[in-house]
Amino acid sequence: MGLDIRWPIGIMFSLLGILLVAFGAATSSDAEMYNHTSLGININLIWGVVLLVFGVLMLLGAILGRKKPPTA
Amino acid sequence: MQPIHLAWVDYAILLSYTCFVIGIGFALRRYMKTSSDFFLSGRSIPAWVTGLAFMAANLGALELVGMSASGAKYGIATAHFYWVGAIPAMVFLAVFMMPFYYGSKARSVPEYLKLRFDERVRCLNSLTFAVMTVFASGISMNALAKLLHLLLGWNYNVSLWICSAVVLVYVLKGGLTSAIYTEVLQFFMIVLGFAPVVFLGLKDMGGWDVIKSKLVTVAANPAALSLNDKTFQSDAWTSAWKPLLGGPSANPMGVDVFAIVFGLGFVLSFGYWCTNFLVVQRAMAAKDMTAARRTPLIAAIPKMVFPVLVILPGIIAIALASTPAKGYRLPPVAIKPGAYEAALTDIKAAKPANTDATFASVSKDVGLKLDKAKITALIAENSAKAMTDEQIKDRLQDSVAENDYDSIILSLVKKYCPPGLLGLALTALLASFMSGMAGNVTAFNTVWTYDLYQAYLAPNKPDQHYFRMGQSITVVGILLSIACAYFANHYSNAMDVVQLVFGFVNAPLFATFLLGMFWARTTGTGAFLGLLGGTLTSGVFHALTIATGNTPGIKGGYLAVMKTFPSEMAQNFWLASFAFTACFLLTLGISLATKRTKTDEELKGLVYSMTPKLADGDQAFLWRPAVLGSILLVGCVILNVIFW
Repeated sequence: MGLDIRWPIGIMFSLLGILLVAFGAATSSDAEMYNHTSLGININLIWGVVLLVFGVLMLLGAILGRKKPPTA
Repeated sequence: MQPIHLAWVDYAILLSYTCFVIGIGFALRRYMKTSSDFFLSGRSIPAWVTGLAFMAANLGALELVGMSASGAKYGIATAHFYWVGAIPAMVFLAVFMMPFYYGSKARSVPEYLKLRFDERVRCLNSLTFAVMTVFASGISMNALAKLLHLLLGWNYNVSLWICSAVVLVYVLKGGLTSAIYTEVLQFFMIVLGFAPVVFLGLKDMGGWDVIKSKLVTVAANPAALSLNDKTFQSDAWTSAWKPLLGGPSANPMGVDVFAIVFGLGFVLSFGYWCTNFLVVQRAMAAKDMTAARRTPLIAAIPKMVFPVLVILPGIIAIALASTPAKGYRLPPVAIKPGAYEAALTDIKAAKPANTDATFASVSKDVGLKLDKAKITALIAENSAKAMTDEQIKDRLQDSVAENDYDSIILSLVKKYCPPGLLGLALTALLASFMSGMAGNVTAFNTVWTYDLYQAYLAPNKPDQHYFRMGQSITVVGILLSIACAYFANHYSNAMDVVQLVFGFVNAPLFATFLLGMFWARTTGTGAFLGLLGGTLTSGVFHALTIATGNTPGIKGGYLAVMKTFPSEMAQNFWLASFAFTACFLLTLGISLATKRTKTDEELKGLVYSMTPKLADGDQAFLWRPAVLGSILLVGCVILNVIFW
């Protein structure tokens, strides 16, 4: 089907990643919030990076896949 | 449970996901030109996408919520649903059955039955399947709306209709492709949304070894967590097989090895994964035979490790609950709002001297098992110094000694997720509900249009007619699901009803396929009567047996109680075993007694012995279905040995 699914996956997770990183960075001084839930780890920052990396990898796959013949 | 307050970042994540799934629907709209595009994705999707969708179609919320619940109730043995059940069935589907499904060019599982047998078998299968999918989708949506209400304080009706509307829009625009794409999106959402929760849980407990040592104490006294009234050997929660070897009384599932291996592994799992059109449809959308056969194998790879995400949270929860310092308890069953009044009156009137009588009447008022020590303390405190209604209500809720297992996964999300991550985990959950509905609706509209509408009501119309019918019936399917959701809302234990229906319909079905695909002599009459007989056997078996602790009625035994099983799960597995055997023997006997109606030539591509073997030699060695399948099976054996 015409649309390569790696585009929406890549864009969405990159966006969510950026959102979480930004939120994590903005709340990094809020020790109480993270102590109360995620064992004092700023999980938003860490996991935001993971999401971003995943999203970018998917986008790379989509970009590289575009150059190959469509049957691949 | 107190409603969770969502921060703006959580809403932003939720909203982004919703926009993306709707966007996918609209982006795919221009590719939807024929009924084949709409129902079969034009058979054009690569294997890794159909593979993940194949797995994710089943990874609805029932799976997420139910598996963590079972993880808490039964421990590691829950993994049998994966390592004994799903994986071998998926390998079998890929290696042996897919060539017939895909090669016959059937557009649905019922249509294959028509090609192989006759109209009667197709009609029976498509009707039961259509009813079942609508029912399943309704139950799932009901659970979603209830959850949103409980968790976020959203209105039940609004949640139900809005979520259904989102699904409607993207399925209507993009058909099966939309459903498959959002399933893949949902797959990654679930993995990436729940992995941090599991990670934090493991870290909090100090690792797997600490959890295992906690579970030993749980096994010795499961009543402390209201898990079970019995006590078990020390490895009951941490070994997958050893507790089963001791017989039904030695493990919390209440099952023996035969029920697991034959009932769950062979009959139920093969019946589900190999014949359920909901999952098989994903493989049928693959772009060629090679991709179709790879679909279940690719699905099996993540499936094999998924217990870490779906079962482990339940196990972490009981380990947490058995560590007082962690301040965590398994979520208790919520007292119904209407049940408080009488209980309040009783508590207020009670004196410490008549605690026993009050405890009995309060238990009856709320209709749940209560902790006697906590009620005694409550009565003593209240008569010393009168408490407010709210305080008493909180204390009553706290003293409920029955676990709401289905809430475990959420209680962990609530415990470990700060704003941000919370939005991600909740979106993953929401995604799994919605894509579950989309999966059911796409399977339903295909079976309705091809196997009921085109076959019986309006044959020989132009393709555009069926395309438009597909779109209309999608709307109808969603509306029926909503109706079923309201219906399910009135049943407290909808999950049991689903399993019951799946058991009745699925259990005998695999016998029909097995004989049909591998024995050319199987006749249409044999298959039809065998299937009817098998389903009937399910019904009769259910009416004559019951599980310990249940009263005759919806749980079985309403005709007579001839056999009492130690657990509902054991009853289910044995029901499936009986139904399968009955269907198998009936089909076999009747086929021998009736004349063949299909010639060898007609059965080409439909039956194993009449079909030229596929040559896999041109594929890379590791990618050949038989090789990849064997590797997966060896992986399963290794996992079973590790958690022996």
